[in-house]
Amino acid sequence: MVRVELPYHLRNLAEVRGEITLAVSGEVTINSVLDALEDRYPELQGTIRDRATGLRRPFLRYFACQCDLSHQSPDEPLPEAIAVGAEPLIVLGAIAGG
Amino acid sequence: MSAVRVLVGTRKGAFVLTSDGTRKIWQVAGPHFAGWEVFHVAGSPVDPNRLYASQSSGWFGQLVQRSDDGGKSWQPVGNEFKYEGTPGTHQWYDGTQHPWEFARVWHLEPSPRDVDEVYAGVEDAALFRSTDGGASWQELAGLRQHESGPFWQPGAGGMCLHTIVLDPADPQRIYVAISAAGAFRTDDGGETWRPINRGLHSEQIPVPDAEVGHCVHRLAMHPAQPGVLFMQKHWDVMRSDDAGESWHEVSGNLPSDFGFAIAVHAHQPDTVYVVPIKSDSEHFPPEGKLRVYRTRSGGNEWEPLTEGLPQQDCYVNVLRDAMAVDTLEPCGVYFGTTGGQVYVSPDGGDRWEAICRDLPAVLSVEVQTLE
Repeated sequence: MVRVELPYHLRNLAEVRGEITLAVSGEVTINSVLDALEDRYPELQGTIRDRATGLRRPFLRYFACQCDLSHQSPDEPLPEAIAVGAEPLIVLGAIAGG
Repeated sequence: MSAVRVLVGTRKGAFVLTSDGTRKIWQVAGPHFAGWEVFHVAGSPVDPNRLYASQSSGWFGQLVQRSDDGGKSWQPVGNEFKYEGTPGTHQWYDGTQHPWEFARVWHLEPSPRDVDEVYAGVEDAALFRSTDGGASWQELAGLRQHESGPFWQPGAGGMCLHTIVLDPADPQRIYVAISAAGAFRTDDGGETWRPINRGLHSEQIPVPDAEVGHCVHRLAMHPAQPGVLFMQKHWDVMRSDDAGESWHEVSGNLPSDFGFAIAVHAHQPDTVYVVPIKSDSEHFPPEGKLRVYRTRSGGNEWEPLTEGLPQQDCYVNVLRDAMAVDTLEPCGVYFGTTGGQVYVSPDGGDRWEAICRDLPAVLSVEVQTLE
């Protein structure tokens, strides 16, 4: 099972608390994890990946295992620690004021 | 016993304000979607418990929320706004061509005939329609694909389709307005469109009388006179008596004819309200006095309405979607400010009171009159 940590507003939107645990079929990549996430919570479609381009929204980042994975291919395998649920994939919102 | 429900969109969420027909004591519910920008909340004329809200965020993009119980609970519905075909390009700030890119929903206009039909005006400018209560959206692409489309350019706030007026007498006729392209009309339900900007004069564009390129801020219509339109343009308050075929200026004695909001009295089609703003460089009321101006003669002769409104040191703005009227007798007039106040006048504008003084900056105000 893969663990996912969402930012505050997306936890509210999906009506979840804390981490989400997902079964991900096939290779564990950013895209496969987000596909599984959106299957379970369709209201999250378009909030992490742009609807038109499928790309990460500019003010969000993907962190895991103390690394910023935002710029790696979303179809590249994630670290083993993510795939086995030892570490969460963190979707993080950029800090901003206003 | 009649009642009113005021739907307020703000920079940090939506609020629902309710009162009985006296409009003296108010209950405030919200914030809904706290922390998100809510550009617009609108109710269905068919079923007032059906509401639609445009919820957006620079981080998380666009959501559309729907309520079936008058705003007590909400469900996210469809948020895919896909331009038909190859979107093409429009003019960018630097004069180059720029791809059409969806940014947000500025305005939602529920149909007066079908509770599940609703229109969305979006940035980059396009018109979408849902016929399934917001679950899915289809573009009325004839508008964006008008031959003038590549020449449309964004105003400072983005290239937004911000006004949708559905003709109550003719389901095939729709008016829209785009900053900064101008006003457009369809007479075939959205298949084909043409600009309706004859008579507009904008010194800020290369050809002041051009067919497109005008920064129209808002259109308003009285349902009893669907051929008569009022317009707050960037500068100038305008009127058309022939469904937009031609326009003439009715700014008259206004202290400034720059502004955003414009609304028509519910029972008097020639009574119109505007809120003059000093200029496009200084988005606040002239002289620091917040004044609504009312004409009872369809324009040109305007009177200031000040009782209950701040008459010194007031530097708020009133945005284009932030003014509305109810249909009670006497007609109630409402507007919201970027300072977070929502004002009501239960007597057609003679006296004003603040319903709320400290909301986030108000982006939109709509009113539902409930039986």
